[in-house]
Amino acid sequence: MTLIKHELKCGRTTLLIWTAVISFMLSICILIYPEMDTQMGDISSMFAEMGSFSAAFGMDKLNFGEFMGFFGVECGNILGLGGAFFAALSGILILSKEEKEHTAEFLLTHPVSRRSVVFQKLASVMLQIVILNVITAAVTIISIHMIGEDFESRLLFLLFLAYFILQIEIASVCFGMSAFLSHGGPGIGLGIAALLYFLNIIANLSDNAEFLKYITPFGYTESADIISGKSLNTEYLAVGLVFTAIGIGAGIYRYCKKDILS
Amino acid sequence: MDAIKTSSLTKYYGKALGITDMNLTVKQGDFFGFIGPNGAGKSTTIRTLLGLISPTGGSAQILGTDITGQKEELLSRVGYMPSEASFYRNMRVRDIIKFSAGLRRKDCRKEAERLCGRLELDTGKRIRELSLGNRKKVSIVCALQHKPELYILDEPTSGLDPLMQREFYTILKERNLDGATIFVSSHILSEIQHYCKHAAVIRKGRLLASDSTENLGHTDTKRVRLRGVCMPPKLPHIKDIRTDEDSVSFLYGGNPNELLKALSSLKLTDIAILEPDLEEIFMHYYTEEEP
Repeated sequence: MTLIKHELKCGRTTLLIWTAVISFMLSICILIYPEMDTQMGDISSMFAEMGSFSAAFGMDKLNFGEFMGFFGVECGNILGLGGAFFAALSGILILSKEEKEHTAEFLLTHPVSRRSVVFQKLASVMLQIVILNVITAAVTIISIHMIGEDFESRLLFLLFLAYFILQIEIASVCFGMSAFLSHGGPGIGLGIAALLYFLNIIANLSDNAEFLKYITPFGYTESADIISGKSLNTEYLAVGLVFTAIGIGAGIYRYCKKDILS
Repeated sequence: MDAIKTSSLTKYYGKALGITDMNLTVKQGDFFGFIGPNGAGKSTTIRTLLGLISPTGGSAQILGTDITGQKEELLSRVGYMPSEASFYRNMRVRDIIKFSAGLRRKDCRKEAERLCGRLELDTGKRIRELSLGNRKKVSIVCALQHKPELYILDEPTSGLDPLMQREFYTILKERNLDGATIFVSSHILSEIQHYCKHAAVIRKGRLLASDSTENLGHTDTKRVRLRGVCMPPKLPHIKDIRTDEDSVSFLYGGNPNELLKALSSLKLTDIAILEPDLEEIFMHYYTEEEP
C-alpha cells in the first residue's frame, strides 16, 4: 500500500491535468450540442454521405442529428484518444522511470519484493485510470443533464466501459514494455496509442484490413457498432483481454528477473 | 555467523567481466573496508549481494541467508547507502525519509529526527534543491534510521564535508559498538585505515587480499627516503620513485642486505626506512602486473 500511495501522490498532477482536459473537452462538446442541433438540418445526412471519410470515423452508421450519435463520434474521439494517451503514458513510465531517474536502487533495496513492487505499481496505474474514468463519466452525465438531453444510460455505460477496457489494455501492454526499458519511453507509449488509433481508421476504410480490429482495442470501442448493436463486440474484446494478460505477464516476468543497472 | 560470505561469486555483463571468483568473508560485528578503484567491481559486488543484479555463478549469504532466498526478510536487516544518492526529485526530504520507513513498515521517526539533527539536515527542502552532500545525508538517514544489523555503504562519504565525514563515522562507530556490522567501500584509504578493523582489496573484478588493516599495512615492502642524492640505487624491486632537488624516495621490496650494500656506496646526508601507509600498499596492489 505504501508504494501505491506514493505512486498516486507522484502522479496526481499528471492525472489532474489529463482528467481536467478530457472532462473539459467532453463537457464543451456536450454543452454546444443544442446549438449545433438547431443548425444541423441536413448536415447529418451530409456527414453520412462523405464516403470513406465517414466510414473511417463510423459516421456512416450513426445519426449525427441524434444526441447519442453525436456523442459517439465527437466524445468518443476525445475520450478514446485522450484516455489512450494517458493510459499509454502511465503504463510506459511506471517501471522504466525508476531506472531512468536512478531511484530503482533506492526502492529495490527496501524489504519489498519485486513482485510486490510490480503489482503495486500496476495497481496504481489501474487506479488512476479508474479515477479518470469516474470523473469524466460524472462530468459527462452532469453536462448532459445541463442541456436537458435524453440519453440511454445503458448505451452511455457501454461506451464508457469500452473506453475503460481500452485504457486498461493499452496501459497493460505499455506496462509490459516498460519492464524492458531502462530510459523512460514516453514517445514509445504515445506512438503505440496513436498507431492503434490509426489502425482502427484503416480497418474502417477497407474490408481487407478489417482483421486489424482484432489487433487494435479501438476495434471494440467503435461507437457506431456499440450504439447500433447495443453491446460490445466480444470477439475483439476477448483478443484485447489476451493482449492485456500478455502485457501484464511479460511485465511481471521481466521486472522480477532483470538486472537493475546504476 | 558471518555477516557476508561469498563463494566463487561471479558476475558477467554479457561478455564484460564484473567480478570473478569472489570469495569474501565479513564476520559479524566487524568494521570492514572494501577498497578498489573505479570499475574494480566494488559496486557490482554490493549490488549482487543486495539482489539488484543476479550472479552469473557462485553463491552469497548475508546474515546466514542465501541472497537468492528470502530477500525481503534479508533486506529488512540491512541498511544500504548507494554511491549515487538519487531520490524522487520533487519530494521533500521528510517525505523521502517517511517513505523509506513506510517501505520497511517501521516507525523510525525518533531515530530519523535524531540523525537529521546530528547531520544538520533540513527536512523541509525538496530533493531537487539539495547539493550532493545533502543528498548523501538523506541517504545516510534512510540507511540508518531503522537500526539494521548490517550496514552496506558504497562510497558513503563522497560529497560530505570533513566535519560531516567525521560525524558520520562517529555514528557508524557507535552502531558498530552496539554490535552492528559495517561494510564500507571507499577510495579514501585513510578512512579505511583509521576506522576499519579488516579490509579487502579488489582489482579488475578479483579479490587481491583480505586481512586486518594492520596486516594489510604490514608488508616486506618499505618506503626508503634518501637525502643528499636525487637518484635511487640501481636495484631490482624498486617502485614508485619520487625525486626532489636533493632527495629521492621509493618503495623497495627486495633483499634488505642488497639495499644496504647499495646505499653504503652513496654520499647521503640523511636516510629513513619506513613502513608504507595503506595508500602506498593500495597503489602497490594496483600497479602490480596480473599473474
